[in-house]
Amino acid sequence: MDMQSLDAEALCKTLVEQMRPHVSPATALVGIHTGGVWLAERLHRALGLSQPPGSIDVSFYRDDFGSKGLHPQPKRTEIPFTVEGADVIIVDDVLYTGRTTRAAINELFDFGRPARVDLAVLIDRGGRELPVAPRWCALTLPEPLPANQSLQLEAGATGELTLRLIDA
Amino acid sequence: MRNPQLNKHGELQHLLTIDGLPRSILTAILDTAAPFTAVAEREVKKLPLLRGKSIFNLFFENSTRTRTTFEIAAKRLSADVVNLNVSTSSAAKGESLLDTVDNLSAMQADMFVVRHAASGAPFLIAQHLFATGRDHIHVVNAGDGRHAHPTQGLLDMYTIRHFKRDFTNLTVAIVGDVLHSRVARSQIGALTTLGVPEVRVIGPKTLLPTDVERLGVRVFHDIREGLRGVDVVMMLRLQNERMNGALLPTPQEFYKVWGLTAEKLALAKPDAIVMHPGPMNRGVEIDSSVADGAQAVILPQVTFGIAVRMAVMSMLAGQQGSK
Repeated sequence: MDMQSLDAEALCKTLVEQMRPHVSPATALVGIHTGGVWLAERLHRALGLSQPPGSIDVSFYRDDFGSKGLHPQPKRTEIPFTVEGADVIIVDDVLYTGRTTRAAINELFDFGRPARVDLAVLIDRGGRELPVAPRWCALTLPEPLPANQSLQLEAGATGELTLRLIDA
Repeated sequence: MRNPQLNKHGELQHLLTIDGLPRSILTAILDTAAPFTAVAEREVKKLPLLRGKSIFNLFFENSTRTRTTFEIAAKRLSADVVNLNVSTSSAAKGESLLDTVDNLSAMQADMFVVRHAASGAPFLIAQHLFATGRDHIHVVNAGDGRHAHPTQGLLDMYTIRHFKRDFTNLTVAIVGDVLHSRVARSQIGALTTLGVPEVRVIGPKTLLPTDVERLGVRVFHDIREGLRGVDVVMMLRLQNERMNGALLPTPQEFYKVWGLTAEKLALAKPDAIVMHPGPMNRGVEIDSSVADGAQAVILPQVTFGIAVRMAVMSMLAGQQGSK
């Protein structure tokens, strides 16, 4: 498929409609830095949720710390709601190996025991290395993206979302 | 010669002194410390970064506070911490410093946090580890003689940045016993590297090193003149235990001339902050009303110290040279 034609705004709408029947106003969103945070803010508005969205930077929970070290300038993880007993949806822009999701789940549990955790992503690019599957996904690529390429969500000055294909 | 603190990729291998570290590394430590400050507010006050690592606190000189903050920092990173109060154990039985290090290395240490009364002891340990092919073990200087106390200097910088945001428009005064203070040396190095335009050193001639101007500071022998218009007042502890000979008349007399009182502090900027590395001698270098006053940030310094030590330890353990 033509990767240049991916329309992030249209995918966003698709994701909102997929999620709408399954969320209640008390559902809490947590975006993974950086793309997932923008997406979580967007979903939060579109779905009319009452809990403020949280954000997670998984730098301190990555499994490649031993070989790659600390990522420079880690962001602060902010969970502005009570995790204990909450219905939480982890939000990320692109799902790849599943390692980031694993790290985010671990970090979330250090804030309390949620009643339920789901995963919502804009795009599943294939290439999973862990048993992780999204509950909602706007687009699953028919063929896994080659390892030397990456998809990146970008936010414009007025907040519009675009997807960019990057060759490593 | 390569800076012994950096590995061949230019990453921090040991933290021995602020001297010679580029601004980029100091800033990276402060930036990394920022998200660690929030860990204490979590249900589980722990991060998994140093899981399975063994950190030895090697204290050849007593210090409850510094050892405790290093211990808390290591534990919040999930490391295993062993505290050795060496002044009351092997060294007292005659074991040499490097023999102690060799024995603990044989117990699979990953990091040594070292405090020693002799200047250069942590450097000697780092050199020995390098010479014996064990440079996967990291060394953090927790205070050596009169030389350096780099994590104290860094936590002071974190505190200043937290309250003042920017280093490049500040006037900072360091007051008191600079001669015996490793803290002052680390502070001066960090402040100048981070771009503070004016660092003042205030104290009696007998308690200032003779060549202190060469560190790039302005020297004042009159505290009132020195405090005028400053943004930050960094008090030092009067180090009675390190003094030989008649450098001072009495602590009471020192307080009268050099002690920070509300009246002297009023000469600084109205929003000036007051710092102290602890432990404080109330009524000697600082008046109680100032130490407990609205401008004091002495307790935040302690809290930030844990985050800064977490940043240093995770940056050391996570660089490419380590396994």
